[in-house]
This record gives sequence, structure tokens and C-alpha cells, in this order.
Amino acid sequence: MRLLKFLLSGFIGAAIIAPLGSVSYAEEDSLYVPLYTYRTGPFAANGVKVANGLNAYFEMITKRDGGIEGRKIIWEECEFGYRTDRGVECYERLKGKKPLVSNPFSTGLTYKLVPKARVDKIPLLTMGYGFSGAADGRWFPWVFNFPTTYWSQASAFIKYIGAEMGGMENLRDKKIGFIFLESGYGKEPIHLLEVLGEKFGYELKTWAVPMAQMQDQRSQWRKIARWKPDYMFMWGWGNMNATAISRASEFGFPMDKFIGVWWSGDEVDTRPAGLKAKGYRAATFHAPGDFSRLHKDILEYAYGGDIELAKEHDYGDVLWSRGVFNAMLIAEGLRNAIVEFGGTITGEEMRWGLEHINLTDERLEELGATGFGKPFKVTCADHEGSGPVLFQEWDGEKWVIVSDWIEPMKEVVRPMLEEAASKEAEKWNYEIRKDCS
Amino acid sequence: MLYRETGQYKSSYAADQQIFPIAQDRYLFWAFMVFACVVPPLFGNDYLFQVILFPVMCLGLCALGLNILTGYAGQISLGTGGFMAIGAYSFFKITTSFPELNILVVFLLAGLISAIFGVLIGIPSLRIKGFYLAVTTLAAQFFVEWCINRIDWLSDYSPSSTIGAPPRELFGILVMGPDAPSWAKYLLMLGIVFVLTLCAKNLVRGRIGRSWMAIRDMDIAAELIGIRPLATKLSAFAIGSFYIGIGGAMYVMFYLENVDPEAFGIFVTSFPVLFMIMIGGLGSILGSYLGAAFIVLMPVFLRNFFPLLQIDIPSHVIQHVEYMLFGGLIIFFLIVEPAGLARLWQIVKEKLRQWPFPY
Repeated sequence: MRLLKFLLSGFIGAAIIAPLGSVSYAEEDSLYVPLYTYRTGPFAANGVKVANGLNAYFEMITKRDGGIEGRKIIWEECEFGYRTDRGVECYERLKGKKPLVSNPFSTGLTYKLVPKARVDKIPLLTMGYGFSGAADGRWFPWVFNFPTTYWSQASAFIKYIGAEMGGMENLRDKKIGFIFLESGYGKEPIHLLEVLGEKFGYELKTWAVPMAQMQDQRSQWRKIARWKPDYMFMWGWGNMNATAISRASEFGFPMDKFIGVWWSGDEVDTRPAGLKAKGYRAATFHAPGDFSRLHKDILEYAYGGDIELAKEHDYGDVLWSRGVFNAMLIAEGLRNAIVEFGGTITGEEMRWGLEHINLTDERLEELGATGFGKPFKVTCADHEGSGPVLFQEWDGEKWVIVSDWIEPMKEVVRPMLEEAASKEAEKWNYEIRKDCS
Repeated sequence: MLYRETGQYKSSYAADQQIFPIAQDRYLFWAFMVFACVVPPLFGNDYLFQVILFPVMCLGLCALGLNILTGYAGQISLGTGGFMAIGAYSFFKITTSFPELNILVVFLLAGLISAIFGVLIGIPSLRIKGFYLAVTTLAAQFFVEWCINRIDWLSDYSPSSTIGAPPRELFGILVMGPDAPSWAKYLLMLGIVFVLTLCAKNLVRGRIGRSWMAIRDMDIAAELIGIRPLATKLSAFAIGSFYIGIGGAMYVMFYLENVDPEAFGIFVTSFPVLFMIMIGGLGSILGSYLGAAFIVLMPVFLRNFFPLLQIDIPSHVIQHVEYMLFGGLIIFFLIVEPAGLARLWQIVKEKLRQWPFPY
């Protein structure tokens, strides 16, 4: 009992004192970038790859160029296991080090940080996830979701299958099914798909997969098989993806009619099903593989040219590439801010930097990333960049690009994004920015 | 020597029946309350508020609600997350529909709505007992999750069913929303927690609390001495859910501020709150808060402990260590002190009375 008391008092005491002592500040002109990652928890399989990609790019740019414009980057992983409360802990603990951007890779943490970003003056970059309405920079100046949003992506889906069926008019009276992870993330595109359904005359039916059923899904797929949709779309994450693909093949749903969101198209999702997943497609906003000069540099500098080591760290995989792409865009924002302001970069200056990202073909060539991504431009009002979407197909062993860059239906999506943004802003009593014209 | 009640004579029933009959306890408690009111608002940083105090208070209140239901009345519940969500979504709906309404009234209404649902879920408890009841309350958890995901009206037709904390004032001070200062939120929460805890303490030592405990210990015997099981069980469900509802509303409005339905998942609400009362102590008011503090602070401690020692461990390894340690500690506590942290506190007090001459 004495031991217990001792343990207990020491434990509680230290827990209260420890955070107060551990605040340390980064070096004067270095650039501090915290990485909220998850190598544990229900989505660890995906989270590890993203984390490895983020690390790889920063490692490469540090060793190759000594940082950005001569400035050292200090980056640090903070594990939060996809749990919002742990993410809040990371955010508050690292806030003292003056982070220049938050990069949460989780829907729950993104929603928590959307109102926080403005208060703490730390821009929030949610690359292709989070709150779609944040694309309207007039209402949400501190939140970025370029190169494209879920709604833009969903419209690209419809455009893509329309083209595949030989014209948008052929969508009439077709049946489209939608299976999603039951969460804010999963249900977000439903509204857009319904609006487009009215426009093009297809019938939409949705199936929710609750967290607890991620690895089962039999009841959903039984019903899907009975309904026989012409196309199935999936908004999944984590274990749900691989299970859905296996169930689809089990219930005889044709793989070439099954298309996943960009979070459902990694090797980890298709490899368990192997050849059975052949023909399954998923969206992406950057190319998979290791073809570019950028990849060669990463292999050389981050992994010391050791391809085995690189492969162990998911080199060239889809989600790894996404981490790299994300880090590359953070670096672009940082570079813009340094070139414009010099000195010690603040969160506000970083926000300016992100807002002035202009990824042109020439810039991609300079970065060695030709073909890795598609040019896009962020503006004061448009934090999405309305980037186009690419479709990749699993050939049984690897992902291959099967489409051109598909532009989203901007005329439909943009008004909806603006409406969602103004509605959300109303909740927080925000005022619209006047300096964007 | 210091902690001894020798010489403290009571001359009235009221004095004899007060919550802290020993003067030292009283002084300690009020000293703690003064400390809690003064020190964090003056010296606290965001880390202290956002990571330690807010979650401990919100989840502590939820744990208190569950403790009333499970610890005092013996009705096992796994529906905590559901009632938290009902409280939070009710608060959001009421405050967005009537922005002028005083938020204390909104808290009360959110708690009442949660209490109504608590009674509905509690009806089967008259026929079902023990683990079987846990399963029916589990239905509450899943049913509420299903509703908040599907009924768009609940989240004001937000495309991803998110609800958030709009800016609200109380007595002219901004106390809610992202722009509200942490100290203002903290003091308001402290006030709510204090008043509700005081009510709970008086409930459990009065007639209602005694009837809950009688039902918990043996329902047939309780019936024979004239306690009506219907009213007793349902009142435990109503009051427990009331507390959980208010705790859930605080969890969203002050702590997380902007959430999607995933925030009420069983693994982040119902189970941790159940662990809190198991570790803190079933049937103890203090235990609810001790348990909440333990569960919230342990990961915080581990994350700061290793860097403090200058040991360079990747943060995901710390997370794994946490999983192992957490499992180990639960087993350790269940073996060494099944009555929880509250019981440990009691032992400490007993030892203190004999100090320095134990016999």
C-alpha cells in the first residue's frame, strides 16, 4: 500500500509539473513544422505510410539543400493514434514552439482545429480532406484544402463514369451505389451526389459502414449485390477499404465498376485481395510510383540510396507519395513566405505563403516533380485550387494511371462550397474577408 | 497529530450531518476550491486548460453520472456516449435556435432532454439485470450514433453532421466559442461542476441515494422494506443521464468545440468513462473525478515524462508503452485495490489520523 501511495503521488505530481517544464523554443530562424501522425490505432496501416512520406521529403530537402532557402526545417512527429483528444494534446504541447502549419490527417482533429487556427494564427493545411467548405478562403482564411476537395472529387467521379459510358446523357436511369464509413467524412459527398443525381437523372443509394463493422460489411454487400448498381463508389479509410474490396469480389460485384476515394486507393487496401482486386480504381491527385527526379533524390538523400530500406519505408506507395506531396506543398508555402518576408517567419506570413502557392509546370519541373502533380493555383478566395483528379487502377500488383486529369464540375461545386462555407461561418459569427476581390 | 478530530464537538444535528464533519477536511476542501478558482485562471496556460483541466472536468462529470447509475444504483450502463451525444446535440440545437437564451438554462434543458432519454432506456431495467442490462444500454449508444449520423436536422443540415460551439456570453463575458478566453470557460465549468457535485453528494446521502443503494445491494430486500423499484431505478437513470448529458454538452461546447459524430464513438466515450469509475471507485463521488484525472493524465504524463528525462523515444513507441502500461495498471488496480482510488484516499486518511503513532 505504501508503494501504491508513493507511485500515485509521484505520478500525479509529475503529470502536472512535466508539461510546464518541457516548453522549449526552436532556433531563431529555423522553420518549425509539427507532424501530427498516427502509427498506432485503428488507422495505423495508412497512417504509417503518410508519416513516412512526410518524413522522407523533409529529410531529403534538409540533406540536399540544407533546408528551404538556407533555412533549417525542424520537424517533429507527434503520435495521436487518430484520437482527437490526443491530437489536442499534441497541438497544445507543440504550440509553444511556434509551429508554422498544422497538418492533422484526421477528420476529427481537423474539425477541432478549424476554429482554433484563426485564434492561434497557425494555418491549417488539410490536403484533400477535412471540411470542404474551407475552400472558400473569404470565410476561412486560415484553412486550406488544396489541391482539391471531396465535392470536387465526387463531381469528377460522375464526369469520369459519364465519359466511360459514352456521354453524360447515358447516366440517365443508371443506378449508382455509395458505400461509406459512417462519419462526418464518409457522408460529406452524399449531398453533392444527390444534387448531381437530379441533374443527370441517375439513382443514388447509400450504404453506411459503422466503425464497428469496418471488417465485416457482409450485410451491406449482400444488399448491394441484390440491387445490382451500375457503379459503386466508396468513401472508406483504414481496414474498411480492404474489407470492402474482398467483399465485393466475394459477392461477385464486378471490380471494374467499383471506384474508391483517394483515401481508398493504396497498396495496403488492394494487396490483401491481390489479383481479385484487379480492375478496382481509385481517385488520386498525384501520380503513384517512383518515376520522377524528386523520387530519385529522396531515394538518394533520405534513404542513402538503399532501395531495400526505402521499400521498407513504403517508398513509391500511394499514401507515401501523398505524404511527400503534402510535405512538398508545405515547403512551397514556406518558400513563398521566406522569399516575400525574410526574417523569422510567423504563422501569418506562412498563411500568406500558402495563399500564394502557384504550382506551374515550370515550378513542378524545378522541383523535379513533373508528372507527380497537376499545376494549380491558390488564391485569396479559392483555397482549394479546384485541382483536377486522376484515376488509377490496380493491375493485380501495382497501381497504374488509367485516366487523364479530370477537371471537377466547378460550376456546380463552387456555389455549393460557398454556401457550406457561409453557413458554417454563420455558426461562428465570422465576417467575410473584404480584401479578396 | 495534525489530522485528528479530538475536541471537535457538535452541538446540533446540522453540524453533525454536514458533508465534512471533520474540520481539517473542511479546511482542506475550501483551500482546494480557492486554489482551483484562483491559480489556474491567473497562471494557467492553454496546455493546462485544454489538455488537463477541461477533459478532467467534462469527463469527471460524465463519470459522476455513470457512478450514480452504476456505482450507487447498480444498473450497469454502456450507453454513456449516447447520453453525452444527446446532451451535446440538444445543447447545440437549443442554443442555435434561441441564441438569446442564457446558456445556464440551455445546459439545464440539455440535461433534462438527456434525462428523458435516460428514463426511456432505463425502462427495461425493471426486468433485466446485470450484464443483460449492459447490452440494452449498449443499444442506446448505437442508436444515438445512428441518429446523429442520419438525422440532418440535429446538426442543422451540416454536410458532415458537425456541431460546434457558437460564441455566447454570460453576464457580459464571452464564455463560449473559439474566441472565449480559457479562464472564462474554466470558471464557468468549475461552477457547473461544483454545483452539480454538491447536489449529487446530497442526493446520495439522502433518502433517494439510500434507496438506490438498497436496490443495488439486494432489490428483493429493498422492495420488502418499501422501496419501489420502478421509481428508484428510473430516477437513477434520469439523474445519471442528466449529469452525463450536461457533461457531454460541456465536452463538446468547451473542450472540443467542433465535432463530428465520431467524437461519440464507444471507444472514446462509453468505455473510458466506465474505466474511470472502475479505477476511481464505484459508488464514490470523489472517485469519479479521481478516475477521470487518472485516465486523462496518464497518457499526458507518459508523453511528457520521456522527453523530460531527455530520452529520445519516437512518439509512437510512447503510445505503445501507454497501451501496455494501461492494461497492466488496470489489472494491478483490480487486484490490489478493487475499490478504486477513492478507497486509497480513505486509507491515506485513516493512516493520517494515527500518524505519527500507529497502533
